[in-house]
Amino acid sequence: MSKKQTTQQQRRDFLKASAATGVAASVPLIFSKGAYAAEKFRNDPGTGKSIKFGFNVPQTGAYADEGADELRAYKLAVKHLNGEGDGGMLNTMKPMSLKGNGVLGKKVEYVTGDTQTKSDAARASAKRMIEKDGVLMITGGSSSGVAIAVQGLCQEMGTIFMTGLTHSNDTTGKDKKRYGFRHMFNAYMSGRALGPVLEKEYGTERRAYHLTADYTWGWTQEQSMKDTTEALGWKTVKTVRTPVGAGDFSQYITPVLNSGADVLILNHYGKDMINSLNQAVQFGLKDKVVNGKQFEIVVPLFSRLMAQGAGDAIKGILGSTNWNWQLKNAGTNAFVKSFGAEYGFPPSQAAHTCYVQTLLYANACEQAGTFYPPEVIRTLEDFIFDGMGNGETLYRGADHQCFKDVLVVRGNPNPTSQFDLLKVEQVVPRSKVEYDPSIFGGELGPYKV
Amino acid sequence: MMKLSLKSNWVIMLVFAVVVLTAPLWLTPIGANYPDLLQKFAIFGLFAIGYNILFGLTGYLSFGHAAFLGVGSYTAVWSFKLLSMNVIPAVLFSLLVSGVFALLIGYVSLRRTGIYFSILTLAFAQMSYSLAYSVLTPITNGETGLQLSLQDPRVLDAMAGVAKTEGLPSTNLFGQIMSGYPGFYFCAALLIIGFYISLKIFRSPYGLKLMAIKSNQTRMKYTGFNTRPYLLSAFVISGMYAGVAGALMAVTDPLAGAERMQWTASGEVVLMTILGGVGTLIGPLLGVGIIKYFENIFSALNEKVLHEVFSALPDGLENLVVSVTELFVGEGWHLTLGTLFMLVVIFLPGGVMEGVTRLITAGKRMLGIRASSGSAGDEK
Repeated sequence: MSKKQTTQQQRRDFLKASAATGVAASVPLIFSKGAYAAEKFRNDPGTGKSIKFGFNVPQTGAYADEGADELRAYKLAVKHLNGEGDGGMLNTMKPMSLKGNGVLGKKVEYVTGDTQTKSDAARASAKRMIEKDGVLMITGGSSSGVAIAVQGLCQEMGTIFMTGLTHSNDTTGKDKKRYGFRHMFNAYMSGRALGPVLEKEYGTERRAYHLTADYTWGWTQEQSMKDTTEALGWKTVKTVRTPVGAGDFSQYITPVLNSGADVLILNHYGKDMINSLNQAVQFGLKDKVVNGKQFEIVVPLFSRLMAQGAGDAIKGILGSTNWNWQLKNAGTNAFVKSFGAEYGFPPSQAAHTCYVQTLLYANACEQAGTFYPPEVIRTLEDFIFDGMGNGETLYRGADHQCFKDVLVVRGNPNPTSQFDLLKVEQVVPRSKVEYDPSIFGGELGPYKV
Repeated sequence: MMKLSLKSNWVIMLVFAVVVLTAPLWLTPIGANYPDLLQKFAIFGLFAIGYNILFGLTGYLSFGHAAFLGVGSYTAVWSFKLLSMNVIPAVLFSLLVSGVFALLIGYVSLRRTGIYFSILTLAFAQMSYSLAYSVLTPITNGETGLQLSLQDPRVLDAMAGVAKTEGLPSTNLFGQIMSGYPGFYFCAALLIIGFYISLKIFRSPYGLKLMAIKSNQTRMKYTGFNTRPYLLSAFVISGMYAGVAGALMAVTDPLAGAERMQWTASGEVVLMTILGGVGTLIGPLLGVGIIKYFENIFSALNEKVLHEVFSALPDGLENLVVSVTELFVGEGWHLTLGTLFMLVVIFLPGGVMEGVTRLITAGKRMLGIRASSGSAGDEK
């Protein structure tokens, strides 16, 4: 009898043990993709005292200047979030839930990585941040190709991605993602904003030649500029794609001289734009008269960092930009003041958009009362805010694109300082650049992954 | 009775498999135990092992192996797009396509030797890169890289009745999702198979002939051997290794970009092999470990982390040490790697493996001849 009991006992024990082993063995599955239980999510800070953000910026390559400025802005944003420094835009942002004690009472920490402006490297770096460092949110980058690649990864991983500098229509168009958000304006808006100014300045009978950076941003900007200028009555002579980081553009600029074109549209950015513009000026394009008209150069996407690099070549050249430090409003003043106090020079548009993105994410968490990504996403969608330097801004829920005024700028012919390089020619109101999200297609994807 | 020697295939394979599969444990102290980096170790390990079959055995320095890596990646992503999210067809097709590709390039390039061969392979790889980057944009999606989309047909999955997901589907091995640790173990399994094949080649008459080509091809020809088939087959085999490595990159992260084919990527595998030890079995893997570790961990160190590391030092000294070391981490990781590479090439021409061998010899000498190789091994 007793012996039988023992065997039964043993069998029970064995069953219990194997059940326990089974549960233990299946534990890792809970952490794998697509298995959030209730409110479980990747890198949940739980009761921890701090949270981590991942700043993934180009530290090497054609966009390294922008990356360095982005990183400065991020460090400043972390300071302000943790209640250090003068608070910057925390004082001007409306509506505002942040208290200057971190986010939801947790101190903000950060990790950095180098995207090298390559999709592979950027994704590897973002993966490291998510898998090893346990970041809650990733932000940064200075190339739309990288932004789209990282955004796709973040959607799979269930980590929110606040894009840095990305101007391609695809980022919030055909490649938009539920977990990706863009504060920066896009190529379509640049075209819409520049159109009337180009018509006024250069008339309706022009022949345009495009040099385009050969990747998603260049392609969509070329398309948007073509649509805009052709609607004005301009003719497009030729569009030529150039590799990113080419360095020497003379082989692309020589044919422009004899093409019969009288406007050169440079769809370049960063060091590429500095090089191509300088070489175009050296080749005497700006002094040429073609078809009885003065030859003109247009740089649809401008930034002060590039203007600084390009020197005298940018004088008088038209372009558009997301933000400029010389704007007169409370948000801009607060940001320029604290950035200047920290680093001794004014911030670029890259720094501005990255700073604002960090604050917007932090504010959404605070407002939602949780770090649970689907809730944070819902809070950010159709969020309307002000006091961040661009006037009233809408984070449109349908495509996660911000809508705000766009600046048309001109290279300052008589700069008063080395930073006073772009003159704001016109502030194009938001209503002029709005569009229907369905024109670019794409699917946002699910809230829960 | 067969004597079980420490150098027998099975002992080596067993030790190798255990070391690879327990990598997540023993890499923990140096902060390298997260899935993405582990996957990279395994994938580039496979790439370097394959490369070593060509470069290490025949001495033919190919500067264009990244082309096969890229071809493998593109093939795998297309297999995910058109056929199935299952990784088996992706790996098989990559193996096949990169093999054919290697056959074509090898057939032409192997007509020359030495520097001319290197330049030819480099030219072919750069050609492939340019094609992928701009001309073949409909197939490769140019700079943005080839990605999955919800509209992809996925014929086999559709036939098997796999339910459409709301988001993008994940790569899987019969249902097991291939990201994170499962992805690493899949790569590790292929690495172990790849290592076994390489071991067999190294210790076969075929491998011996390849080594004979390296030491004196002319003499070999005079003894009546036609070296071309041996060279071409070695080239194709190493191209296939690269193709599978490329496929694994797509398996763990379904995206293929043209920069994988750039000459810098080809140069990287040469560096890995030389750094670790050309012509040794384990050397290339050590090289992979060192380079990938630098790329992923050193590049992520910043001023803040350094201050934490050196916080024990007095303030003035701490700032000095941090400002000096800062040059070598973060965006300066290339500098560290370059310095290390120079030191290795100058003082240990045989790579890290030569250092290990020297240590073992020195250890043996110190302990006297009687000491067993086991205790000498502990010395390193």
